[in-house]
Amino acid sequence: MKMNRRQVLGLTAGIALVSATGTRFAFADAPATEKMIMDFAGGKMPATGKITLTAPEIAENGNTVPISVAVESAMTDGDMVQSVLILAEGNPNPDVATFHFTALSGTAAATTRMRLAKTQNVIAIAKMADGSVFMDKKEVKVTIGGCGG
Amino acid sequence: MAAKPKPRIKVPKEAKIGELVTIKTLISHEMESGQRKDKEGNLIPRKIINKFACDFNGAPVFSCDIDPAISANPYFEFSAKLTESGAFTFTWTDDDGSVYTDEQKITVS
Amino acid sequence: MKKLSVVLLACVSVISAAAVSAYADPVDEKLIIDDTEIVTRAKAPEGHPFDELLSGWLFREAETRATQADSFANPGMLSVERGEEIWNTVDGSMGKSCASCHNDASETMKGVGAHFPKWDAKAKKPFNIELKINDCRTENMGAEPYKFDDEDQKALTTYIKHQSLGMPLQIDLAQGEMQSWWDKGKELYYTRTGQLDFSCASCHEKSMGKFIRADHLSQGQANGFPTYRFNTGGMVSLHNRFRGCIRDTRAEVPKAFSDELMALEVYVTWRGTGLSVETPSVRQ
Repeated sequence: MKMNRRQVLGLTAGIALVSATGTRFAFADAPATEKMIMDFAGGKMPATGKITLTAPEIAENGNTVPISVAVESAMTDGDMVQSVLILAEGNPNPDVATFHFTALSGTAAATTRMRLAKTQNVIAIAKMADGSVFMDKKEVKVTIGGCGG
Repeated sequence: MAAKPKPRIKVPKEAKIGELVTIKTLISHEMESGQRKDKEGNLIPRKIINKFACDFNGAPVFSCDIDPAISANPYFEFSAKLTESGAFTFTWTDDDGSVYTDEQKITVS
Repeated sequence: MKKLSVVLLACVSVISAAAVSAYADPVDEKLIIDDTEIVTRAKAPEGHPFDELLSGWLFREAETRATQADSFANPGMLSVERGEEIWNTVDGSMGKSCASCHNDASETMKGVGAHFPKWDAKAKKPFNIELKINDCRTENMGAEPYKFDDEDQKALTTYIKHQSLGMPLQIDLAQGEMQSWWDKGKELYYTRTGQLDFSCASCHEKSMGKFIRADHLSQGQANGFPTYRFNTGGMVSLHNRFRGCIRDTRAEVPKAFSDELMALEVYVTWRGTGLSVETPSVRQ
């Protein structure tokens, strides 16, 4: 069975299907994003849960869009978030940022402001110290302003 | 020409042991993405802050690899959980090799 | 052919109706910045077309509002800090800084931003903060006047206006010929210009609260300028915004600080009487 991007990036549906059938994972329309996720995840398929990406449903201006990520973790040796990769699949280059956390972070949560070239999915992938990988995504609609926008 | 990038940092002066402390940072920087063109149609070369790091008494707390999709005047908010007093150091690294730093002390009891 | 034109005309009217369409209420929220409550709703002065004056902050999305409400997260505060540096830096042949004469801006400039533009008897025209700064630079410092929208002009203006954060706008129309400049400004406000045939009032009075494409039209208040815009990632001066609006109507754009735009600044500032100074406000 061939997956399309919507199914795979649709995560809840996509991942359940992938794990159930072991189907080869492919981003038909976003090979660059797929490669980045796979490189970051060390070839593992990201699971849902643990990570929450917060982004506005509608961005007033794509040049400055506030986003936050939070990963459930005790941030101790046994349960540690190493890093979180943020991608924007519809930007000229999907990379946005990679956050690196430590035990001193206390919690794996961070907020920044990013640029979005158009309406698209923003993706956050958390890599845990034990190698497990979790992912969340949010669609952000980028509006075209009326005035000087 | 823009003035030299100037950081702003918000860290509480005091915290309890094991308390989650919120840290906010902002630095003035145009974050030229390398995607824009000037009036003559020439590509404006990329010039961004590509790395931000926060350490506490020399140990890493939080860091970030930054791509051109981070907005102008990059803003980062994150946490720290401390067991001793000391100093945070903040470092922003520019594409042109410049490094901008700042330090904030905190009393932990 | 005639039938086609009628159909086309019908389409055009549908499109223009859709371009300025749905109404959305401004939010009913309080804006408090570092314990200072900002007046975002004020009773309009006598003779004002609105009953209630509304800050543009009320028309923005939650994230934009939150950025302004947090004086740390507000990137416009970078400009305030730069302005403070300029305030204390000696410039010009007379070896003076702003602080040499005006000392601590938090005392001497408090209220200034809420009461400008003001009549300047020598120049025989209203002065805004930018013109006052340039006058000070040339007359009292022996320094070059700032060019329009020089980053330092915006930063110093932002810093000075920020000293009045929270104070209600109140300009004195009894000074000099302020009233006749107000009259001229009012006339400009209601004059349709450009290929799109829009006046200021077309958007900010008649269509206030509606959407123009994705933009939620505010009352076009001046109380937050210079404002930090997410769009440019920088400070936008009031005259830059005036010029941008006029450009968007596809009209000839008057020069910054020209008599036309100074008259407009007097009138538009009056239209916000009672709203707090918000500088630096945050907009999309």
